[in-house]
Amino acid sequence: MTQFFQQIINGLSLGSIYALIALGYTMVYGILKLINFAHGEVFMVGAYTGLYAAGALGIDAYEASGRAFPLYLALAVLVAAMAAAALLGVLIEFLAYRPVRTAPRLTPLITAIGVSLFLQNAGMLVFSPNPQRYPAILREVRFELFGVIVTNIKLTIFGVALALMFGLHLLVQKTWTGRAMRALSFNIDAAKLMGIDTNRVIRSTFAIGSALAAAGGILFGLDQITINPLMGVLTGLKAFVAAVLGGIGSIPGAVVGGLLIGLAEQLTAGYLSPAYRDAITFVILIAILLLKPEGLLGVVRVEKV
Amino acid sequence: MRIPRRTLISGLCATALSLFVGCKKKQPDGSAAGNASGGSEVVIGHYASMTGSTAHFGQDTDRGIRLAFDEANAKGGVLGKKLRVVTLDTRGDSAEAASAVTRLIDVEKVTAVLGEVASSLSLAGGRVAQRRKIPMISPTSTNPKVTEVGDYIFRVCFIDPFQGKVMATFARQNLKFSKVAILKDVKNDYSIGLADAFQKSFTALGGKIVVEQSYSQGDTDFSAQVTAIRGTGAEAIFVPGYYSEVGSIARTADRLGLKVPLLGGDGWDSPDLFKIGGDAINGSYFSDHFAPDLATEQAKQFVAKFTAKYGVAPSGLGALGYEAAEVLVDAIRRAGKDEPSAIRDAIAQTKDFEGVTGKITMDPERNPQKSAVVLKIEGGKAKFETSIAP
Amino acid sequence: MRALIRAATIAGVLLVIYLLQLGFESSLNDYVQRIVLLSGINIILAVGLNLINGTTGQFSIGHAGFMAVGAYGAAYLGAKLAPPLHSLLGPGALANGVIFNIALLMGGLFAGISGLIVGMPSLRLRGDYLAVVTLGFGEIIRILFNNASFLGAATGYFGDDPSGLPAYTNFFWVFAWVTAIVVLIHNLTFSQTGRSLIAIREDEIAAEAMATPTTRLKVTAFAISAATAGIAGGLFAHMQAGVRPEDFRFEKSIDMIVMIIVGGLGSISGAILGGIFLAVSLELMRDLQQYRLVLYALLLIVIMIVRPQGLLGSRELHHFLRRRPKSGTVGGA
Repeated sequence: MTQFFQQIINGLSLGSIYALIALGYTMVYGILKLINFAHGEVFMVGAYTGLYAAGALGIDAYEASGRAFPLYLALAVLVAAMAAAALLGVLIEFLAYRPVRTAPRLTPLITAIGVSLFLQNAGMLVFSPNPQRYPAILREVRFELFGVIVTNIKLTIFGVALALMFGLHLLVQKTWTGRAMRALSFNIDAAKLMGIDTNRVIRSTFAIGSALAAAGGILFGLDQITINPLMGVLTGLKAFVAAVLGGIGSIPGAVVGGLLIGLAEQLTAGYLSPAYRDAITFVILIAILLLKPEGLLGVVRVEKV
Repeated sequence: MRIPRRTLISGLCATALSLFVGCKKKQPDGSAAGNASGGSEVVIGHYASMTGSTAHFGQDTDRGIRLAFDEANAKGGVLGKKLRVVTLDTRGDSAEAASAVTRLIDVEKVTAVLGEVASSLSLAGGRVAQRRKIPMISPTSTNPKVTEVGDYIFRVCFIDPFQGKVMATFARQNLKFSKVAILKDVKNDYSIGLADAFQKSFTALGGKIVVEQSYSQGDTDFSAQVTAIRGTGAEAIFVPGYYSEVGSIARTADRLGLKVPLLGGDGWDSPDLFKIGGDAINGSYFSDHFAPDLATEQAKQFVAKFTAKYGVAPSGLGALGYEAAEVLVDAIRRAGKDEPSAIRDAIAQTKDFEGVTGKITMDPERNPQKSAVVLKIEGGKAKFETSIAP
Repeated sequence: MRALIRAATIAGVLLVIYLLQLGFESSLNDYVQRIVLLSGINIILAVGLNLINGTTGQFSIGHAGFMAVGAYGAAYLGAKLAPPLHSLLGPGALANGVIFNIALLMGGLFAGISGLIVGMPSLRLRGDYLAVVTLGFGEIIRILFNNASFLGAATGYFGDDPSGLPAYTNFFWVFAWVTAIVVLIHNLTFSQTGRSLIAIREDEIAAEAMATPTTRLKVTAFAISAATAGIAGGLFAHMQAGVRPEDFRFEKSIDMIVMIIVGGLGSISGAILGGIFLAVSLELMRDLQQYRLVLYALLLIVIMIVRPQGLLGSRELHHFLRRRPKSGTVGGA
């Protein structure tokens, strides 16, 4: 029984990271109807930025002496990674997606795949293909509850993910930018006619989504111990499936989808076979698209709740 | 059925066009005997995954090979000629492996080939080498099938059945374990072969494999598997994978409260293992080709030279790459001429060659008879524990 | 009389291919030969994928899975059929030819059936979703092969002989199949069925309104496309020592898409050019070492931004050679 709860805890923490990434997918798709394949790579770049930022801020000294990395520096690392990812996201949008925005649907899809491949391979050149240990930006403390092991990192993941999602919810519901984003996802041409600067809103969407992915990247590194340049490929795809599962275009949907995918993956790995942990995600995708294509929380009309 | 003329013509034109892509000189079919002999250099080919998800393995091996050739050149080369290695990327793909070896033979005109790391890629490239009668030495492929491809294919590492037996014997007889779990990498034929061999030997010695779990190379999350092993009462976990995942696995096990030693094979051998595994990997054991603290003078020099040249310490792959290259250079010297079949015969006759990882003698199946050492990890370093002969 | 002409034409074509093979094998080294054979296999992949992605306008980005099914199917059957057929027909080239072609056909059949299984549920979806589902199926197929121990799992399937799978693939068989498949697809595309497929691409709802059985046609095109990928897989398998699941990753599906995009989506001659282009350019770029894949990805992006219709758009090569005014029908851009 404890094994079951352990798998649940592990699944929820993994799922929270998927949720953070899924938010980026869902927002971009809601507005542009584009699957941003490169989003997984933005996640990867965010994680690596965190690694290098921590190094630049002297984390090696802290680790060697056994002291914990100060919280204010950890926050600085987070902000740096989020900013770098936001910049990358906007750059990708400007250079690769904007020129093909009006093209028939296959073109932006292939372009996105091209950007993804480019970043993966560039990542291997720049960051070295070897997996690297993630620095202890948060020092790990573990404690046991009824035989189930929980670490402070897992709790942080839940906390940060929830906080960011709540923040996003506030942004989308209560701010002008958020309202503009909702308008664009409703009908992009009407929004333009209403005088909304669509390019600016799209840029913001990419920036916000990328920043969230970067946060996910740092948390992923802390939890998973190592990172490598190809970490975004499968994780990104699973996060996309999570977005679809929850209802593409729906923010709460992305969260629910992410958690469910994380749980499904852990339980499949633990009880069926780890070899199928990736396959289960695709099976879920196929099932949901056949049974309820608008997703669990989606309405047939794309609308943010 | 109307066969539209125009499409047929354009189709055949396209085909004819492809025929004249890169028209080369005539090559006699079957053998590449025309390679080398006349030139001022000895050209050797190396095919490895230099890009893609296993890039770090290919790159490490390549570094070892180049170091060996640089040293040989500094001493005047071989047969009075300088050695030159041409490295082609296989991208971790078996079609590319076959293409790379074909190109090495036909375009670069090599007289011998080194490669590959992965057994399945060695099988792909080996078949080409065998057919064209170019000798091939694999530095690290441990699947027995690789040298079965033909008499031109050799290796300088032990094969899975032996290595699995080594750890099984150690676990049962030295550590006196009777219940062990296996956590293998199903995407990696090295890992699968080693796990199989371990399982057979361990059960033959009276032990019990309580559970077999798996992961895929590239995975970062092992909590599910470790959690599943936690309840089985295993006294140790046999993890015959590559260092890149083993370090994480150790940390995961430690984090989830599973405090049993891990056992492994030469795939663990890399400084990164300690960087990633940290404290969690202490108290674990693995089999390898040489022990750094019991190292011969030769091995110590190798480590120093490698680190000086590349700025990183060598992993086991770097050492084996170096050794394969050394064996090849020695064979060319003994063959007396830069000619594929002579080189092949000389490699086959390698006896008591003092390699960086020990004495190498090629057996009739073209595998080396080598001892393995078992190392214990303590304080972030690997220390010699015991040695097991074939 | 028609049948006689038809038979004579086929015999003639095969003779030409055979003569080309003789010239090919005696004048080119192994390395160039390999590139030519890979080009041929690429042509089959591209022309087949073009049927569903280009002509019918349905995005499939998981076709590597079907290639895998065909490769494994042909390899496995080839190995199992060899002993009985050799004892029946002797060890010579005749027996090999028979075994090979039966294996290829069966591999193609299995691939076609998997195409049906994948296509039937998936083709209810549109655009991007269809793409991701096909990607998912491609991965699932690969994962299944990765876990199938009787097919060698991750190590791969190398047949029953220590030196690997028999090397049946040669110039003659590759280009005989290339010709057959190109002709088949060409006839299909320029027939009534082909027009219906194009109608589905242009406006599916309108096509439905004109009583076109869209679902049935889409699934059929998908299955045919999968079957041709399977045959290419079988040809590919018998040039290698063995087949591994790793050879059929998502990257391979992307390669196939690059082929048809470079040539022009919807154009058969474009697909042929694209197939040759991919095989040749990857080799030519080899000197660029680790920058190769980065540049390749960059090339893909640039093509999509600058000239997404590829070389020929959706027109055929012979339209350019004729230079007649566009009649606004099937071949028009």
